[in-house]
Amino acid sequence: MPELKFEKGKMVPVPSHSIIPERDLGHVPVLECSHLGVDFGGLRAVNDFNFTIGKTEIAGLIGPNGAGKTTVFNLLTKVYTPTRGTILLNGMDTHGKTTVQINKMGIARTFQNIRLFSNLSVEDNVKIGLHNQKKYSALEGVLRLPSYWKKEKEAHERAMELLSIFNMEYMANWRAGNLPYGAQRRLEIVRALATDPCLLLLDEPAAGMNPAETAELMENIVKIRDRFQIAVLLIEHDMKLVMGICEGICVLNFGEVIAKGTAEDIRQNPTVIEAYLGKRGAESC
Amino acid sequence: MKRLIIRKKSRKNFLTYGIVLLAYIALMAVLGAGAMPSALKGLLVPMCAYIIAALSLNLTVGVLGELSLGHAGFMSVGAFTGCTAAMALVDSGMPEWARIIIAVIVGSVLAAAAGVIVGVPVLRLQGDYLAIVTLAFGEIIKTVVTNLYIGIDPKGLHFGFLKPDIGLGKGGRMIVNGPNGISGITKISTLTAGFVIIMLCLVIIFNLVDSRSGRAIMALRDNRIAAESVGINATKYKLMAFVISAAMAGSAGALYALSQNTLTANKFDFNTSILILVFVVLGGLGNMLGSIVAATVLYILPETWLRQFSDYRMLIYAVVLILMMLITNSSKVHALLGRLLPQGKSTEKEDGADA
Repeated sequence: MPELKFEKGKMVPVPSHSIIPERDLGHVPVLECSHLGVDFGGLRAVNDFNFTIGKTEIAGLIGPNGAGKTTVFNLLTKVYTPTRGTILLNGMDTHGKTTVQINKMGIARTFQNIRLFSNLSVEDNVKIGLHNQKKYSALEGVLRLPSYWKKEKEAHERAMELLSIFNMEYMANWRAGNLPYGAQRRLEIVRALATDPCLLLLDEPAAGMNPAETAELMENIVKIRDRFQIAVLLIEHDMKLVMGICEGICVLNFGEVIAKGTAEDIRQNPTVIEAYLGKRGAESC
Repeated sequence: MKRLIIRKKSRKNFLTYGIVLLAYIALMAVLGAGAMPSALKGLLVPMCAYIIAALSLNLTVGVLGELSLGHAGFMSVGAFTGCTAAMALVDSGMPEWARIIIAVIVGSVLAAAAGVIVGVPVLRLQGDYLAIVTLAFGEIIKTVVTNLYIGIDPKGLHFGFLKPDIGLGKGGRMIVNGPNGISGITKISTLTAGFVIIMLCLVIIFNLVDSRSGRAIMALRDNRIAAESVGINATKYKLMAFVISAAMAGSAGALYALSQNTLTANKFDFNTSILILVFVVLGGLGNMLGSIVAATVLYILPETWLRQFSDYRMLIYAVVLILMMLITNSSKVHALLGRLLPQGKSTEKEDGADA
C-alpha cells in the first residue's frame, strides 16, 4: 500500500471545548453542535453531543455499533428533529429547518446502506445532485427553451467534471443500480458533492472495500477536501482510515461522547480502548 | 454488458412519435377510402381517449411511482366540465374544432384543479394508503356528478346539487341532468383531435422526463430519502407530476365525452380506473409506447374480435390479459425481439422505467 502523503493540521482548542485545526482559526466553524440530543420514547439515543468542526477539517466520528453515530448524522440533516441542543452551521442556527433546507444551507451526506437512484444512469444521479445548482423551470424544460439547452449543457459538463474525481466518466451511461459496490459508494460521494456543500457527511465510506480501495478512498477524501475547501465528517470502523486522515476525532458510546481529540489522544485514551478499540486494536492502528 | 448501459432515450422517443404518426396516417387513409367498418369507426375516438388516459396514468404510476386507483375520477371531471362547456357554446356559432379545443382546455384545467385538491393531502401518504385514498376520490367524484344539475338559459349557467330545480329561465335547457347525466351530445370530437392530444401528451411527458423536474420526480420514485438529502422538494415535484397527470386525464375525458351520445357518471367508475391501470401495467411502467399499444389492443379487442364469443367474451379477455402478461415478462420473447430488431424495441423493457 503506497504511503499517504498527508500533513494533518496542528489542532488547537476553541472555547466550545473542542479542537479545530489552527489554519481554520480565522473562520467561523462550519459546524458547532452544543448539548445536542434526541430521545426515542424513553431511550436517550444521543445525549449532550458537543462537537466543533473547522472550515477545512477532516473529522471522524467513531464508536461501537448502536452508539448513535448515524443518529447524529440524521440529526444534523434533520431527518430526526433534535429534542435538545442547537446546531450552528457556519454560525447560523438550523432550528426548524427541513432536510431540503439543510442541504441548501450546505450539508450533503452519503448513506450507510447505499441510497442511489438505481434505475437512473450514473450521469442522471449526479445531475439530480445538481438540482439546486443548475436551475430552470419545468415549463422551460417541456418547451425546450434556450435556457434548457444552456443549463443542461452546463449540468452535463459539471457532472462529467465531478465524475472525473473518481475516474468514473466512462460509466456515465451505466445504470446506477448495476455498478459494482465500490463504485456505488463513490457515486454517492460524487452526488453529494454536486450539491455544492460546505460540510460533507460520509457514513462508512469504506464499508465493503478492500485495503487497496480504502487507501485510494483516503487519498480521494483528502483530495476532495483540498480541491473544494470543505469540511468532512466521517463515520468509519476502519481505524487505518480514521487514524490516517481524521484531524479531530469524536468517540461515541451509548449516545454519549466518551472522548474527543486527535488520533494520538484517542489511541491512548483508556476509556476508548475499553469501550471500542480493545488493547490489540489500539496497538495495531 | 449491454443491459448495464442505458441507451440514449431520444431514439426511442422518436420511434414512439413515428409509430403514432404512421398509425394516424394509416387510419386516415383507411377512413378516406371508406374501407373502415362502421362498428370500428365509432371506436377510434374513445380509443384515443383511453390512450391519453393510459399515458397520463403512466406518468403517475411509472414515472412518479405512486399507485393511483381513482384515475377515472379525473377523466370524469374533464368529461363533464368539458362537455358542459362545449354544449353551452352550441348556439354561439363557433366552429366545431374551436369547441373541441375549448372543451379540452376547460376539462384539463378543472381536472388539474381537482388534482391539486386531491394531491395536497393525499401525496403525504405513501404506497397502499395513497392507492386507497385515490380509490375513494374516484367514488366521491362519481357520487357528486350523479347529483349534479347544470342548465343554461340566456342569463348564463345555473348549478344545482341534489335537487333538479335550478331555476332555469325562459328558453333554458338542462345540460347535466343528475343521474341521467348528459344526453343529446353532438359527437364533435374527431380522430385528428385525438391524435393531436396524444402527440401533445407525448411531447410533454418525454420532455418533462428528460429535464431537471423529471429527474427530480424519478429521484423521488427511486429513493425519497436520498432525493430530499440532495435538496429536492418532495411535495412540489410529486404534486407537479400528479397535477400534470390529472390534467391529461381531464383532456382524455373531454375528448371521450364528445364522442358519445349520452354520458353518465357511472361510465367513470372503479372498473374504468382499473382498466386504465391494466393498460399501464401491461404496457410496462414508464414505457409510453407500451401504454399506447396496450390501450389500443385491449380496448379494440373486446369490442370487435371478441364479440363472436358473446357470453364468453370477458372470459377470453381475461385469458388474453394473462397471456400478454406472460409474454411481456418473458426474457425469451425479449431475446427473440432483440435478434429481430437489434436497435429499437427489444431494449424497451429493460430501460422502460427510465423513459
